[in-house]
Amino acid sequence: MQSKLLTGWGRTAPTRAHVLVDADDETLAAAVRQAGARGLLARGAGRAYGDAGQNAGGLIANMSHRTRITNLDVVRGIVTAEAGVTINGLLRSAVPLGWCLPVIPGTGYATVGGAIAADVHGKNHSHRGSFGSHIVEFDLLTASGKVKTVTPQNEPEVFWATVGGMGLTGIVLRVTMRLIPVRTAWMRVIRRRVAGFNELLTRLDAAAGQDDHTVAWVDLSGCRIRGVVSHATHAETTDLPARYRSNPLSYHATRPLPGLPVSAPLLVSPKVASAANSTRYALTPPVTYEVQPLSAFCFPLDRMDSWNRVYGRRGFLQYQFVVPEDALETLRASITILKAGHVGAPLAVLKRLGPGNAGLLSFPAHGWTLAADLAVSPTLAPVLDRLDQLVAKAGGRVYLAKDARLSTAAMADMYPRLPDFRVIRRELDPAGVFVSDLARRLSL
Amino acid sequence: MINALGRPQSVLLLGGTSEIGMAIVDRYLDPHPLRVVLAGRPSPRLDAAAALLADRGAIVETVEFNATDESSHQDTLKQIFAAGDIDLAIVAFGVLADQQAAADPALAAHLATVNFTAAVSVGVILARAMRNQGHGVIVALSSVAGERPRPTNFVYGATKAGMTAFYDGLADSLIGSGVRVVVVRAGHVRTRMTAHLPDPPLATTPHAVASAITDAVWRGHHIVWAPRSTQLIAWIIRHIPRRVLRRLPY
Repeated sequence: MQSKLLTGWGRTAPTRAHVLVDADDETLAAAVRQAGARGLLARGAGRAYGDAGQNAGGLIANMSHRTRITNLDVVRGIVTAEAGVTINGLLRSAVPLGWCLPVIPGTGYATVGGAIAADVHGKNHSHRGSFGSHIVEFDLLTASGKVKTVTPQNEPEVFWATVGGMGLTGIVLRVTMRLIPVRTAWMRVIRRRVAGFNELLTRLDAAAGQDDHTVAWVDLSGCRIRGVVSHATHAETTDLPARYRSNPLSYHATRPLPGLPVSAPLLVSPKVASAANSTRYALTPPVTYEVQPLSAFCFPLDRMDSWNRVYGRRGFLQYQFVVPEDALETLRASITILKAGHVGAPLAVLKRLGPGNAGLLSFPAHGWTLAADLAVSPTLAPVLDRLDQLVAKAGGRVYLAKDARLSTAAMADMYPRLPDFRVIRRELDPAGVFVSDLARRLSL
Repeated sequence: MINALGRPQSVLLLGGTSEIGMAIVDRYLDPHPLRVVLAGRPSPRLDAAAALLADRGAIVETVEFNATDESSHQDTLKQIFAAGDIDLAIVAFGVLADQQAAADPALAAHLATVNFTAAVSVGVILARAMRNQGHGVIVALSSVAGERPRPTNFVYGATKAGMTAFYDGLADSLIGSGVRVVVVRAGHVRTRMTAHLPDPPLATTPHAVASAITDAVWRGHHIVWAPRSTQLIAWIIRHIPRRVLRRLPY
């Protein structure tokens, strides 16, 4: 067992934990039974931005080596995989057989276990819901050291506490989930340059089909709100470039370019961020039609290794919140605050979300979600505290998988089902074996 | 937990009435709730400090702590850490005395006990407790007087030199453990402790020192010179020949 300083993807607030690697079910169960006062936490790819995958002074069970796909039913489209299988790994196996994940998050490197813990969503949330909605069952190693198979029917409380539960109910060992059929491994993408707040929202709302993936990149650095809205649908064979038509289901995983070997604060200055955004906007034609590999559309940031290093040694955080559909004023006010002066958001993404599910701490809710990457600095604290208030007042919430600074009071306002979660967590894990820095910080 | 923006949720102030310590706590107060443990000798001043912080929304506990009684340190700190993680611990106790200490063995020993022995004992215990919790920051309030003891205050200077050396070493020994140490070399700060002394040039306030410290906690710096110019002054003083140094008025 090694002792390691760990951070989330945002590279902020490192804490030290003992890391258990290559553990099989028995070793994990033994570790759970013998966990000390500082507890234990399963960690997947470490792609949560904040401290959700950290356990200071305790034990971290690294799950990323558990990458077997144990069963793939090509008739019914049902896959069973270990929790450490990545989204990319799953797509690589399933897509050539004509099946695809119904929900694809923004990175292919996240693990299936992590996707359940954060109840991740994709760019098609309005139609498909979040990751947890497609789970048939999972095996959960609970605090007693026993494994139970949980389905939404047999143990709905445990199921919906675990989906979005940030790994605090136990360790998900294996997952069985439903897939959707696809005819190609490609997406047909239409990109439109849009200026103005209302125009952006109208364009985002114009999603039609069942498998429409819609997302807007927003430039928060200019004086006017502007951005690029992308609509994508799964492509048909006839859409593909001629040389790929013979094998339309061949999955092209993103091949990352080498990133920065060391961290360098390239995108920290608001001026640089603003210039980069303006250039990007200026270089985008008014409308483009394109056919792209699935991974290139879904995982744009995976094209560069360790892209989190561009925010320098101190790291960055992503502030992602959702507000209800009618809280347009809040959305507009939040954008104004983020745009104002010294903050400088190099990257911001706006999406439409459909109705949420029964996950007690699940993030998605019907409305608009904005995610902004921000280089950390103490001057951010009052700005984000103000945003928290606005969001909570409008009935919205901040995404725990991205969070690194929320306060306990704001958390309680944003997640009204937190008391229910606490009750179930205490029942499942009376001794508090499963714990993370996030749980400590927010008194989950 | 210290969050991504460098803000702790719980602070332990050893030397619970220290003005610099209180100024640091003050900077972390708004608007998130903060658990503050004030450890010091029971006194009306300690109660007043607790009441002041409670008024401002902090969750305050006071714990009896006597720096000169090293045998009690272990139990006192153990009890504090048992109640929850401590994200930031400030070693702020200390006594100041000038030349008379050089003539009074009891006073000189008292200075050495509080400023050095107790600081070392507390440092060892804090380091172990924070190593176990896998994170934390120790702020040690030392003095620029320890950079080179001068004839006018060499007993105090010697104790602070020892404290600085200990915490500098502790900082290095904790690299990679998740625990950081910030050693503060403060110049002349206008506080209760120095109220009886005339203000020398470059005197600073507890709030200015606290601001430099919270900035260092955020930036991950190990050494704080407060005010910043003391770094240059200390460098010069270190290089002044002894014959000249002993004739200087300060």
